[in-house]
Amino acid sequence: MSKLRKIFMACLCVYSYAIVAQSIDVCSTCEFSSIKDGIKNAKALDTIMVQKGTYNEYGIVIDKPLTIIGKDDPIIDGGRKGEILTIESDDVTIDGFFIKNVGISYTEDFAALRVRKSKNFVIQNLVLENLFFGIYIEKSSHGKIYHNKVVGDAVEEHNSGNGIHLWYSHHIDIEYNSLEGVRDGIYLEFSDDNVIKNNSSSKNLRYGLHFMFSNDDIYQQNVFEDNGAGVAVMFSKNIQMINNHFRENWGSASYGLLLKEITDAEIIDNIFDRNTIGISLEGSNRIDYKNNTFMNNGWAIKVRGACYTNRFINNNFLYNSFDIAYNSRINDNIFDQNYWSNYTGYDLDKDGIGDVPYRPVKLFSYIVNRTPETIVLLRSLFIDIIDFSEKVSPVFTPDNLVDENPLMKKRE
Amino acid sequence: MLKILKYSFYDLMRSRWSYVYFAFYLVLGIVLLFLNSDLSKAVISLMNVIIILVPLIGTVFGVMYYYNSKEFTELLLAQPLKRSTIFLGQYLGVALSLSMSLILGLGIPFIFYGLMKSNVIWDFSLLLITGTFLTFIFTALAFNIALSNENRIKGFGYAILLWLFLAVIYDGLFLMSLILFEDYPLDRLSLIGSMLNPIDLSRTLILLKLDISALLGYTGAVFKRFFGTNFGLLISFVILLLWVVLPVLRIVFKAKRKDF
Amino acid sequence: MINIENLHKRFNKNVVLSGIDLNIDQGGIFAILGPNGSGKTTLIKSILGMVIPNKGLISVLGQNIKKDSTYRKEIDYLPQIANFPNNLKVKELLKMIKDLREDESEDEHLIELFQLEPFLNKKLATLSGGTKQKVNIVLTFMFDSPLIILDEPTTGLDPNSLIQLKGLINTAKAEGKTILITSHIMSFVEEVSDEIVFLLEGKIYFKGSIEELKKRTEQSDFEHAIASILKRNNA
Repeated sequence: MSKLRKIFMACLCVYSYAIVAQSIDVCSTCEFSSIKDGIKNAKALDTIMVQKGTYNEYGIVIDKPLTIIGKDDPIIDGGRKGEILTIESDDVTIDGFFIKNVGISYTEDFAALRVRKSKNFVIQNLVLENLFFGIYIEKSSHGKIYHNKVVGDAVEEHNSGNGIHLWYSHHIDIEYNSLEGVRDGIYLEFSDDNVIKNNSSSKNLRYGLHFMFSNDDIYQQNVFEDNGAGVAVMFSKNIQMINNHFRENWGSASYGLLLKEITDAEIIDNIFDRNTIGISLEGSNRIDYKNNTFMNNGWAIKVRGACYTNRFINNNFLYNSFDIAYNSRINDNIFDQNYWSNYTGYDLDKDGIGDVPYRPVKLFSYIVNRTPETIVLLRSLFIDIIDFSEKVSPVFTPDNLVDENPLMKKRE
Repeated sequence: MLKILKYSFYDLMRSRWSYVYFAFYLVLGIVLLFLNSDLSKAVISLMNVIIILVPLIGTVFGVMYYYNSKEFTELLLAQPLKRSTIFLGQYLGVALSLSMSLILGLGIPFIFYGLMKSNVIWDFSLLLITGTFLTFIFTALAFNIALSNENRIKGFGYAILLWLFLAVIYDGLFLMSLILFEDYPLDRLSLIGSMLNPIDLSRTLILLKLDISALLGYTGAVFKRFFGTNFGLLISFVILLLWVVLPVLRIVFKAKRKDF
Repeated sequence: MINIENLHKRFNKNVVLSGIDLNIDQGGIFAILGPNGSGKTTLIKSILGMVIPNKGLISVLGQNIKKDSTYRKEIDYLPQIANFPNNLKVKELLKMIKDLREDESEDEHLIELFQLEPFLNKKLATLSGGTKQKVNIVLTFMFDSPLIILDEPTTGLDPNSLIQLKGLINTAKAEGKTILITSHIMSFVEEVSDEIVFLLEGKIYFKGSIEELKKRTEQSDFEHAIASILKRNNA
């Protein structure tokens, strides 16, 4: 089918709906004073306009294709009694609400808004507060989650939920959302082919973004700041991570990005700034790390073993306390043409590539791995001396872990 | 005391050595900046230099000044001046002129390079403050050594030994004991260990600024409290101050009992 | 003027002064004599507070010197070895000492007397030993203090300057000042001093006038009198 014809058909549809669809107002003095009433009395494809005001409702189920629009940010207050909105139909749009006080339960995952087995939904311009789960997408697909703001007050992991939660869902666009103070900002489980873009996820208890058993997803241009850990990608394949910003994820088990049992991913053009660990990888194979900048991290990259044929090319490693930490002597990963600010070699032939190879793994990082308290000796002259001797003749660190072509100038 | 300080200071400002140090820091600053063409990196390299060289220069120069100004001291001793006044004045004269060489020598190239507009100004200021502290501490230690040793060869020897011990050997022993006792909780011990050596202490201060991300990677609660809050910064400064005050008190004590 | 009771001093195991009692009245010139290592300089430095005694009491002008340092304002001291901060010019040194003592001074007259004008702008390091000693003398005599202590004042002086020095000492005496001198030049001592304190092995061996000393040693000549003491004690 040609594109033109598709557009024509679409127009025709909208036109025909417009004739039959009507708009229903909900307000305290209107015919329908509750949203539930409005939905009950609406026909499929109707638009419900919810006027400014506070609606103390929960358990609102949307079971037909409706467009529900809040005018001037009406408040839906669930009173901590249970789930507030549930979408159980395709083609539902929710736009412009302030939803708060979701119930907390240890047996059920109550959400401010749940989408169940539905397609083509649009969720946008929502503000969610005092919540358990925020937006919970369950076995759904082809939806858009735009420009929502989730502000939680999570204190403990076991009794808090995630900001945007995808479970067995695919082809969903998650863009321009802001998530903070929940367990995981965005969580994907068994969810493939999703796009996560331009979001900001910060101050979350666990992860800014979390993949479990999810493949072929893309996330780009997001900012992850001050989370328990920035992003965790686990047991997943073909994830593309592009142009994200991982900042200030500090703590003992904290990283910008955690990779665990993942394969065939691409990590390109990201910035890792001031994280305790920039990237922590474990059992992760065939991943390309290109054009990333690691700056001021405790450890830029911590390799915890069983990681094969990863390629680190053209990255900037700037002022990290440790560039690479390795816990074994076997290395099957490639480091090539990176810029290392700790590099002290020279470039006599002026080709922009240092004439002496660079060894990014220091003996001291091995010592700190063994006895963490020795970190207080970081940058001591004595440590520099033993690092130097290890550099000359590697005993504890993999001797083939070298960047043969270290760049002399930082990549811009 | 101010008068003695003034004359010691003038005396030093006139001596070749003050210019040598000033020139040294100046060249160092310029070389680091123009070789690295990167302020952050220059600050890090500078840190390594300051931690090691400032104590060395402070000790050697302190001992040297003391022995070389023996005549001046004796001249002063016959004047109606308190001994503590004389020695504190001289000590401050040396420490101040060295600090000035350091601050001006490093400061000038960095200012020309556009430090004021850069975001490393705090790191750099911390570096200079730490360097000044180290100068005061090691000059005081040097005066202590010189006051206790009439023989200047011996005095120089002890001074160099002291520096070598605090700059290198101490850390080696420290590291070995940490590894040896790795089965025990060590966070308190490791912090106390760093506090007992002024060089380590200054290094810790700088780590707080440059490597906070790495320091927070360790789980110990004491560590967390120390590095994660301003507590560590505060304690470090207090102990640095103690490291100045205690040797200075000993200078006063020793000077009162010494024969000339 | 100066009162010393039971003064003991040893450097490590080396006993230098062992129980010195000495009373020096106001006015007159006192020479402290003794063989090398008899403790002359140590005694003087003890009075000046540069050496801290192990035992004993020293008071100057009725003031216990242990208590505070202001009594040194009443003392002009000429050290044995004229070493000065080498970076200073003569002029600056004079200015500095004046500044430190905050006292009236008459340095101009003295500079003229010792013909030091051409050296005023020279650094002390460049001066000859004799010139340094002259500067030393100017520094000592430029204040008007009741007690003057001179440790080997004649070292390196030319005859002319020596005459000037004697003149200064005599003027000071005439003004009723107390002057303490150590010297190896016996003729100088004989010429200027009123009374002699002879130290031997850390003790006062003799105190009195030159005449008394001659009488006691049965020698007609001062130099021989001193020599005979030394001989007797070595034998």
